[in-house]
Amino acid sequence: MYKAVIGLEMHCELKSNSKVFSSAKNSYSQIPNEFVRPVDMAFPGTLPVVNKKCVKDALKMSLALECTQPEYMYFDRKNYYYPDLPKGYQITQMESPVGVNGCIKIECHGKEIPVYIHDIHLEEDAASLDHYFDTSCIDYNRAGVPLLELVTEPCLSSADEAVAFLETMRSIYQFCDVAEGDTKKGQIRCDVNVSIMEEDDTEFGTRVEIKNVNSFGGVHDAILYEIKRQSELKKSGRYNEVEQETRRWDEESQSTIHMRSKVDAIDYKYFVDPNIPKFKITKEWLEEIKKEIPELPLECKHKYMEKYGLSEYDAGVIIKDKSYVDYYEECLSLGMDAKVTSNWLTTQVLGEVNHEEISLKEFFITPSRLKQIVDAISKNTISSKQAKEIFMKSCEEKKEPSSYMTSENTQMSNEEELNTIIKGILDRSAPQIEQYKNGKTNLFDYFVGQVMKETRGKANPVLTKEIISKYLN
Amino acid sequence: MSYLTCDIETIHEALKNGKVTSDELVKESLEKSIMVQEKCNAFVTILEDAKASEVTESLLSGIPYGVKDNYSTKDVLSTGSSNTLSDYVPFFDATAIKNLKDAGAVMVNKTAMDEFGMGGTGTTAHTGIIRNPWDTTKMCAGSSSGSAAAVASGIYPYALGSDTGDSIRKPAAYCGIVGYKPTYGMISRYGLFPFASSLDHCGVLTRSVQDAAIVVDVMKGKDNQDMTSWDSSNIHLKEATEKELLGKKVCYIKELCDIHNFPNVTDELKEHLENFHHTLDLCKEMGLTVEEVSVDQTLLNALASVYVVISCAEATSNLSNLTGIIFGKRGKGKNWEEMMMDHRTKGFSPLIKRRFVIGSYVLQKENQERYFKNAQRVRRLLVDTWKELYKQYDAVLLPVGIGPAKPLEGSKEVIGKMDEHLQALDEHLQIGNFGGFPSITIPNGFVNGLPVGINLTSNCYQDGLLLNIASHLESKMNYKNQVCEVSKNV
Repeated sequence: MYKAVIGLEMHCELKSNSKVFSSAKNSYSQIPNEFVRPVDMAFPGTLPVVNKKCVKDALKMSLALECTQPEYMYFDRKNYYYPDLPKGYQITQMESPVGVNGCIKIECHGKEIPVYIHDIHLEEDAASLDHYFDTSCIDYNRAGVPLLELVTEPCLSSADEAVAFLETMRSIYQFCDVAEGDTKKGQIRCDVNVSIMEEDDTEFGTRVEIKNVNSFGGVHDAILYEIKRQSELKKSGRYNEVEQETRRWDEESQSTIHMRSKVDAIDYKYFVDPNIPKFKITKEWLEEIKKEIPELPLECKHKYMEKYGLSEYDAGVIIKDKSYVDYYEECLSLGMDAKVTSNWLTTQVLGEVNHEEISLKEFFITPSRLKQIVDAISKNTISSKQAKEIFMKSCEEKKEPSSYMTSENTQMSNEEELNTIIKGILDRSAPQIEQYKNGKTNLFDYFVGQVMKETRGKANPVLTKEIISKYLN
Repeated sequence: MSYLTCDIETIHEALKNGKVTSDELVKESLEKSIMVQEKCNAFVTILEDAKASEVTESLLSGIPYGVKDNYSTKDVLSTGSSNTLSDYVPFFDATAIKNLKDAGAVMVNKTAMDEFGMGGTGTTAHTGIIRNPWDTTKMCAGSSSGSAAAVASGIYPYALGSDTGDSIRKPAAYCGIVGYKPTYGMISRYGLFPFASSLDHCGVLTRSVQDAAIVVDVMKGKDNQDMTSWDSSNIHLKEATEKELLGKKVCYIKELCDIHNFPNVTDELKEHLENFHHTLDLCKEMGLTVEEVSVDQTLLNALASVYVVISCAEATSNLSNLTGIIFGKRGKGKNWEEMMMDHRTKGFSPLIKRRFVIGSYVLQKENQERYFKNAQRVRRLLVDTWKELYKQYDAVLLPVGIGPAKPLEGSKEVIGKMDEHLQALDEHLQIGNFGGFPSITIPNGFVNGLPVGINLTSNCYQDGLLLNIASHLESKMNYKNQVCEVSKNV
């Protein structure tokens, strides 16, 4: 077994109305070339105009990841030719990224580990290519979409850690409301660097880069494959065959395939883009942005466990998605009990949301509707069995839960009313009372049964038992 | 008489008073265009179907003008004088063009230029060599060669140019007219085909300082599509030219103006410099204090190299969009790499290719520090030196070039062959681009029967002051509205 050293480059598309350097809409579309302005296709004379919202969101992430922000914001050109790159260069940040030297804590197998961020920078996406039998089509919808690229130090040591990091990052992006982070739409793409070394080595082994891995599962499998490939070569004394190269992850064959060697590395001839004037990032602006950063997932998790006494499992489920946290927090702000709400959210609510394949935001049972149900249980108006039925009916028929809580079907919890009924039954049951008092204590259930019979099962069982024992003892 | 050879205010008055119609002006301008095309080969496109426009309060309404072919003009062929775009018809107007259109100006032709503005000879256009109207064996200089030839020929009162090194101001001198590039960003570059973005300026060629002011008053303004543009709504250039002399002190640079600083002095250079000093005397007569200052010769000697390094580096990146994939003729090949290579190999002239090689070389990782970064440092030094001068002086006055128009024969661009001191004199206008300074060339006489010019350059945002001084100096000389008219028998 060798020690693996892993570094990640994570590209994440940002949410915004328009693209990062263009006024075209930033949106996903099935129709090719729907959201395109002249600058997205690099028509001669067009110029980039920076989207301030994207800069702000990039700074927000830089702050959330405890990076250092530059004094001035500017952009560089990365020059290379490719059919999906209309200008022949990508506008990115090389010299002065929006954040450097950051750190974020993640949890993996119950262990908290720090992940060091080399830098985070704002750039534009390329167009997308669709390849057919003998022709390729270019779709410029994606050209110019804002991308935040995050580069970690080589500080991860397993595929699980890498995935845990990516999942944490995705939820941080979502928590900060800067990205959707949907891998299915290709909104997150990764490059993975893997090398191996002996446990006691002080120098890193030969680094292999795997480009364009488009799912977290793919990242996991690519790392495992690459560790295995390199380890086998090392074990058999052929480590010199591991070269510093760029490979790609092939989903079909579940293996990495050679793309280019270091000697073929492209010189991107970076230089500062003269079309975008440098602008100063003021301390005041940073302070303002900082205020907009919400509690991050891990902070929420710890708060839920320590303050509200949730189990680690439940807290973990809630922080998986920003919309869950929002729902939960809204419930709490309505005065609902933390633990009860957590139980409802993690079982009934998410169960139904997943079943219906919708987002929690679209779900009919909003926090205030859930409150109607939970309140009714705590007031003993309905039993928990009834509550679940009402929950389902309300979902199905899209009607207020309270509309199902009529006198017909709610629990009888009026003490006076019950008292009258019970007294009547006991008055008619002198022989049974006699037997009970003589030691036949299991007759208690007989009295309860009689009450249920008379109320057609609606009597509050707890209250019923209380009143009966008051009379008998 | 032809109103087209008059200044803009005169033409406007004539239009207002019904002495001439816009339709007549447009027709005459088109006729003249054909003659100048025969004589000078100044155009890529003559817009035979150009339509007259309504005469309004705007001084430019109803008046024809020309546009350098590197401005994006909606529905009108825009080639940048390059084979790579020989059939490119844009679907949008450059902001400057839009502003002129809105003012009622009538575009009648697209003028030929050095391919994408890269060159100072007017010999690299895909439509062939552009000739100087004063002497067709001579060059117009470049790259706004066609615009200069056309304005000098009296086709219309003004034509648009662009200036990355001296591309407006030198052709203006060689053709005996006015060439003005305002402060960087005063006119939006949106829609101007880029050469070197940090040096590129839009501007205009006219026959009087006031006309230059009138045209730029319309072209300028902050544009949401160009982040380097700025709000100049408080600057009124025409008004500035009409005020009494605002300038007090100007200077010239000894190293560039002293005859003793040049080896093997030709009669031409001697005459050119004498003429320059004579113009300085006129400045003194106007009441300006004129002082000689000295600038480190080493710094001056470096300017041409600084320009080559920075402009070629930016150009190689700026023109990477020309692959024939999205626009331009699709290249042939088995794959995209071959197709791009075919398009670029066939499309660009050898001169441009050489500049791309230089640009790529200086940007390469191992060379960038030594060439590109150092060039930027020297650029900064030169700009700082000039800014220092502007603390004391309202403008720096210098002769344009080393004499009048050079012969076309043997004009092939050779870098670094000329004597360093002479080269500094030939290329100092580039400092105006390094600093983004407002800079204007006006005609100041003749040498060997050909026009020569003097350049005035001021500090950024001092366009009003600059045009004010230039306008007063112009009125002390006899070259205002100077025309080298074409006649049918040439």
